[in-house]
Amino acid sequence: MRMHKGRLATLFGIAMGWLVVATVPCSAVLPDEMLQDAALEARARALSQELRCVVCQNQSIDDSNAPLARDLRVLLRERLSTGDSDRQAVDFIVARYGNFVLLRPPLQWNTLLLWIGPLLMLLIACLGFGRYVRASAARFAGAESSPQLSDKDLERVQAILEDGSSA
Amino acid sequence: MPRLQYLLPMAAFVPLIAGLAFSLGLDHRSLPSTLIDRPTPAFSLGALDGAREGLSSADLRGRVTLLNVFASWCAGCRAEHPVLMRLAAANELPIYGLNWKDRRTDGIRWLAANKSPYARVGLDESGRTGIDLGVTGVPETFVIDRSGRIRYRYPGPLTEEVWRELFEPLLKSLRGEP
Repeated sequence: MRMHKGRLATLFGIAMGWLVVATVPCSAVLPDEMLQDAALEARARALSQELRCVVCQNQSIDDSNAPLARDLRVLLRERLSTGDSDRQAVDFIVARYGNFVLLRPPLQWNTLLLWIGPLLMLLIACLGFGRYVRASAARFAGAESSPQLSDKDLERVQAILEDGSSA
Repeated sequence: MPRLQYLLPMAAFVPLIAGLAFSLGLDHRSLPSTLIDRPTPAFSLGALDGAREGLSSADLRGRVTLLNVFASWCAGCRAEHPVLMRLAAANELPIYGLNWKDRRTDGIRWLAANKSPYARVGLDESGRTGIDLGVTGVPETFVIDRSGRIRYRYPGPLTEEVWRELFEPLLKSLRGEP
């Protein structure tokens, strides 16, 4: 059975459209959790996107549907409503669950390698590449001053070039 | 020995793989508790069953105690229940229950159906006390020393093996403390 090109394209379009819709990251925040104050709610949203859900560890509490994530979202909003600064509200949760809940780990002694590791790798790679380039340049320069042909060899080369046949 | 430099990537690769292989075996799901060696956060919870007393952080002082976080909706709690019952029967140490994020009726029904190993149970319906304790799921078991400080947290269902290998040595050393 033949399928219309147009219909196939439409189906493809629908499938792609659905794919896009299905993969758009959407938050798990329910309307009843939201704060009336839009500015406060915006702060809470921003903060909760930076906090890891301790149940499903690769999601933020903003993304996660886990009941504990919901509790933490509500708790965060409560703290902000009672006048906590962003820092205080986050610290309140960190005090209970540790630095692990911060999706962006703080820069401190035991996370130093995590932060500068990639730079360190790049540095090592650059140094290695530099060495390699210099070494091959030296080899090339060395080739220029390689032993000259002996007189006998030169004569043979000359002879080949002149009559096109090997001597 | 110019050929030695060709072994350099290998020399870097082998420890890398060894490190990855090692960390693959680590348990990434259980987070370290921030409360180890710190006083149990203050809480005061109502009883699950109206007739009996609730549970407060003040109860967790004076003796080495076990605080077990459980819920009626938790399958792992059912799995570890026989271990807790055995400990309660052996009178090893007081076991306190924190009924976490549960409905009162469900908690009561669960304990009635399974028998209670707990000296006291507090109902933490909102889950806030659990959050103060850094609970990430149920079951979870805390060992609390005489001065009321949290000394150990075990996430997941207790088994006889876990009890023997992790809890018994710890309890022995805690009981030796002044």
